[in-house]
Amino acid sequence: MAKAKAQAQAAGVPAFYVTEDEHAHSGGSTMLGFWLYLMSDCLVFAVLFATYGVLGRNYAAGPSGADLFDLRLVAVNTAMLLFSSITYGFAMLAMDKGRQAAMQGWLVVTGLFGLAFLSIELYEFAHFIREGATPMRSAFLSSFFTLVGTHGLHVTFGLIWLSVLMVQVSKRGLIEANRRRLLCLSMFWHFLDVVWIGVFTFVYLMGVLK
Amino acid sequence: MTSYPDWWKLIFGRFTLEAIPYHEPILIGTFAAVALGGLALVALVTRYKLWGYLWHEWFTSVDHKKIGIMYMILGVIMLLRGFADALMMRGQQAIAFAGNEGYLPPHHYDQIFTAHGVIMIFFVAMPFVTGLMNYVVPLQIGARDVAFPFLNNFSFWMTVSGAVLVMMSLFIGEFAKVGWLAYPPLSGAAYSPGVGMDYYLWALQIAGVGTTLSGVNLIATIVKMRAPGMDMMRMPVFTWTALCTNVLIVATFPILAATLALLTLDRYVGTNFFTNDLGGNPMMYVNLIWIWGHPEVYILILPIFGVYSEVASTFCGKRLFGYASMVYATVVITILSYLVWLHHFFTMGSGASVNSFFGITTMIISIPTGAKIFNWLFTMYRGRIRFELPMMWLVAFMLTFVIGGMTGVMLAVPPADFVLHNSLFLIAHFHNVIIGGVVFGVFAGIAYWFPKAFGFKLDRFWGLLSFWFWVIGFYVAFMPLYVLGLMGVTRRLSRFEDPSLQIWFVVAALGAALIALGILCFIIQIGVSIIRREQLRDTTGDPWDGRTLEWSTSSPPPAYNFAFTPIVHDLDAWADMKKRGYRRPLGGFKPIHMPRNTGAGVIIAGLATVGGFALIWYIWWLAALSFVAVIATVIIHSFNYDRDFHIPAEAVLREEDSRSQLLGRA
Amino acid sequence: MRIFRILPLLPLFALLGGCQMVLLGPSGDVALQQRNLLFASTALMLLIIVPVMALTIFFAWRYRASAKASYDPDWHHSLPLEVVIWSVPLLIIVVIGAMTWMGTHLLDPYRPLDRISAGKPAVEAKAGGNGIRKEPLVIQVVALDWKWLFLYPAQGIASLNEVVAPVDQPIEFRITSSSVMNSLFIPALAGQIYAMPGMQTKLNAVINHAGEFEGFSANYSGAGFSDMRFRFRGVDDKGFGDWVQRAIRNSSPLGREEYLVLEKPSEREAVRYFRDIPSDLFSAILNMCVDRAKMCTRDMMALDAKGGGGKEGIHIVAQLEYDKSVRRGGQPMPPRPFVTAICTPTDVYGTAGVSARVAN
Repeated sequence: MAKAKAQAQAAGVPAFYVTEDEHAHSGGSTMLGFWLYLMSDCLVFAVLFATYGVLGRNYAAGPSGADLFDLRLVAVNTAMLLFSSITYGFAMLAMDKGRQAAMQGWLVVTGLFGLAFLSIELYEFAHFIREGATPMRSAFLSSFFTLVGTHGLHVTFGLIWLSVLMVQVSKRGLIEANRRRLLCLSMFWHFLDVVWIGVFTFVYLMGVLK
Repeated sequence: MTSYPDWWKLIFGRFTLEAIPYHEPILIGTFAAVALGGLALVALVTRYKLWGYLWHEWFTSVDHKKIGIMYMILGVIMLLRGFADALMMRGQQAIAFAGNEGYLPPHHYDQIFTAHGVIMIFFVAMPFVTGLMNYVVPLQIGARDVAFPFLNNFSFWMTVSGAVLVMMSLFIGEFAKVGWLAYPPLSGAAYSPGVGMDYYLWALQIAGVGTTLSGVNLIATIVKMRAPGMDMMRMPVFTWTALCTNVLIVATFPILAATLALLTLDRYVGTNFFTNDLGGNPMMYVNLIWIWGHPEVYILILPIFGVYSEVASTFCGKRLFGYASMVYATVVITILSYLVWLHHFFTMGSGASVNSFFGITTMIISIPTGAKIFNWLFTMYRGRIRFELPMMWLVAFMLTFVIGGMTGVMLAVPPADFVLHNSLFLIAHFHNVIIGGVVFGVFAGIAYWFPKAFGFKLDRFWGLLSFWFWVIGFYVAFMPLYVLGLMGVTRRLSRFEDPSLQIWFVVAALGAALIALGILCFIIQIGVSIIRREQLRDTTGDPWDGRTLEWSTSSPPPAYNFAFTPIVHDLDAWADMKKRGYRRPLGGFKPIHMPRNTGAGVIIAGLATVGGFALIWYIWWLAALSFVAVIATVIIHSFNYDRDFHIPAEAVLREEDSRSQLLGRA
Repeated sequence: MRIFRILPLLPLFALLGGCQMVLLGPSGDVALQQRNLLFASTALMLLIIVPVMALTIFFAWRYRASAKASYDPDWHHSLPLEVVIWSVPLLIIVVIGAMTWMGTHLLDPYRPLDRISAGKPAVEAKAGGNGIRKEPLVIQVVALDWKWLFLYPAQGIASLNEVVAPVDQPIEFRITSSSVMNSLFIPALAGQIYAMPGMQTKLNAVINHAGEFEGFSANYSGAGFSDMRFRFRGVDDKGFGDWVQRAIRNSSPLGREEYLVLEKPSEREAVRYFRDIPSDLFSAILNMCVDRAKMCTRDMMALDAKGGGGKEGIHIVAQLEYDKSVRRGGQPMPPRPFVTAICTPTDVYGTAGVSARVAN
């Protein structure tokens, strides 16, 4: 482009078009697009946090967070998710070095941590519901289950995505399209981690403190 | 009510044969008309063997131009439906006086005003605006397509999916009876137990996904894909407004999605977000929905401001006055639109300080908006104004919109709002800004860019008729509503006691009839223009002496838009190119990299429609099945890496040569 | 050409003379002040709207292509003009904004009235000391489906679809709703305010002229909304006393039981009067515990403020379900797809509730 411009300017008339078309690669905007998507998802969580902020003390003469939450369980759960973020980071490092097998290995570990997180969360939910503290019981429980459950749903989709990507990498290798997808999933995964930190602080810690 | 066996409930959920409104003559008539029209269309398409053409060239197309045109077609079709609702309301209100019940019982009337609002905003105005942005923005910034072409196709079909669900509610079951924003507790399971509310929720949820993704897409396009040299302050104003609008879309539609999801949970699961029970809080919904709802009106009007700016500078034959202040005004409006939502419910009883804060922020928006009006005004000053159709719409808009702006500021004064809230004055106000602003602008945009999209201009005579019917019809229909509002008449009433009001409603109904003629003339205009296309043909690609890049390419543009990506040196790039002796490249073409069409968008959106329908009718197995099918389709689609191809250089050469011949003939 | 646009408006102006624009000629001082604000802000905006409209027409005509007026295609910027087009609207908005700030606070519906009418303060001056504020007449308002109930606690009466107040007497409405959102609006008296279930809003107002005025719900609330109207009458002090006496004579008792019957949806109810009203009825309505089996929301919120009812509170759901599902439209609510035990005095462990839901 710069060359075309220089030539044209030498001729007295500016260049009005690019003769040397840059190689138009389809993925140029993917990262920005995915960021924008994440921001929109962030707003969904913002609404759920706001709802929890407004309704989170409306126990309707029922149980509160302090009555229900088992912080030890949540601490283990948080650890699972944080570890999974770290291992995903290792997977990305392996990808940068082009070590496909190592990367796949780390992705498996990430997936297992994610699965553990989900299992513990489901166990917690089932426990609450068995006790009668269902999402229908009070506005507090409605907003609690919805906020935490939406995060869990994201993790579930992340896991499905992770498995699909692993199959795709094993079939096609670390081609550019796959690297891009892995980076997107990486952002998604860390994003879920950040959201969880918020959930852990605002819902669990502050819920038990009160 | 006949009782249905268990196996029926298992298979069909709560759908029963009683849900088909065969006892309602109006609906049966409508259904017969739609069915016959649909059959005739199917027969025609089959007769001329057009299915393959439609599927390959349109439905699965990822070309932003074709998707843009499809959005506009969707908007026109839904406009007919939404306007039919308006006519029915005007008819009912014109006759239901002093004991006369009119022809619409509340059960019916309440669905109609809800559907009218929902359809006009989500499935008329939004498709029109998105369609214009889709078609024009890539051309204006010198790009060959949007950033994510497949996503674009998918977004469109999701919008269609929502529209299909709303239309289905006409013939299967019923629509919501809650007003277009569905305030709980009225819209909750306790007070609206039927399927109507569920049609509302799923139609908007599905269409909202499409809108959000199309917002992401257009932002990425504008940020990443501008032609070299086009820095932010050289972007055409329409592109600027499109950018701000899409920022608003991405920043607000997720809020709508989350809010509707919470209401859905209340209705389906029995949670207590917005109920009176167990700690729920309906006011939370009202706040959340308006945090989306207020920016939404700016989502509609901002791109239209952009249209007016393009029209003003083109038809006045000069640069837009105050480009920079136009851009700043747009950005300021974008930010402020987020800070005013509470003015929709001053009467909820928030304290005086809260109310006055939101009232004053609302008024502040009128400052940048006023600046825009002045900018168009001074663009006309010392111009050479050609009164083509778009320019006439612009002048009609400027005269009409200021009235709407004035009544808007009146409504923004909280004590005044206490008497005007929910009244017909309010109805008149927002129709004044939406019709006088958005609709006039859409017609201006259609008249302006139609020759670009199809290669021939629109017929002027029928366009003028449509214009005058619309403009006069608007005043006749809505000025009486201002008066009625000042007489203390509230909205959403289906019958009245005071016979002295009737004359005003009759006048308003006449106005609606005039607007109906305006719509009819518009459709005739399209038909006549297609028939007379050879007389109206534009071979230059630049019929209006345009100023921005879309006019530098042929009409209609080739699939790749530009054989070579343009370089921009000035605002109004094309005017600059013409002035400085730009010569069209005639050779040296290279293969052009383009995205490939795909049917995945149609399939996923189709499955979403089925899933939505299943959820509305509690057909759980079908809902689960379509959900799994959506996921599976997405996964299968992700295994397809072969998503693009090259248009060979010879094909580009052929295309450009044929244009050279056209230009030579002209 | 553009003159035609105004033509369709002309007959409207002729009509304007004949109609009663209640908002522009109200009979209550609050509505009057609200109207004055409306006028003032309109006048201020016309300062800029009228020149803009005139200039639009003038420029459109002056610079039409066929006129061959001076043409300057490159003129697109002028700092003085830019300053004007930003600052003039700004100035006007500053003025309207200041008016808004003051008006909103002075006309806050929660604020006790300062004046009965122009030049007539609500606080009567007394020689050598603090003035005496005229005590407002308290009227408790309940929006029912689809009718209005007005309770007069001091007079011990209530009326359906009719409300009467003495002229020049400050009124304090305390407003709630039994099921969904409505809006209490008497255009001749004052602006509206929402009526919401489980919440109380207030409206302070005064009527300055005797007469009969219209009131209605201004917020859509379902099928019977169009007929949710009532009469508001301003009368002199004697007339008010007579009305109270007449109401007592023609009344029936309104206890909790009667209220629960009255609350059921109905349309176009005739005016009726009630007596023998329990003093806590309004508070029970407001707290959604007219049915004694329900826990009052006030108590529920007090418990919540102390950290909720604990796990023991899980099973008291029946006392807290206020949404009156079967009352409207006759359609039964779909069974809630969850099982929770209901504890009632006769069924401490809630098994009847479970089996009832399964039977559903």
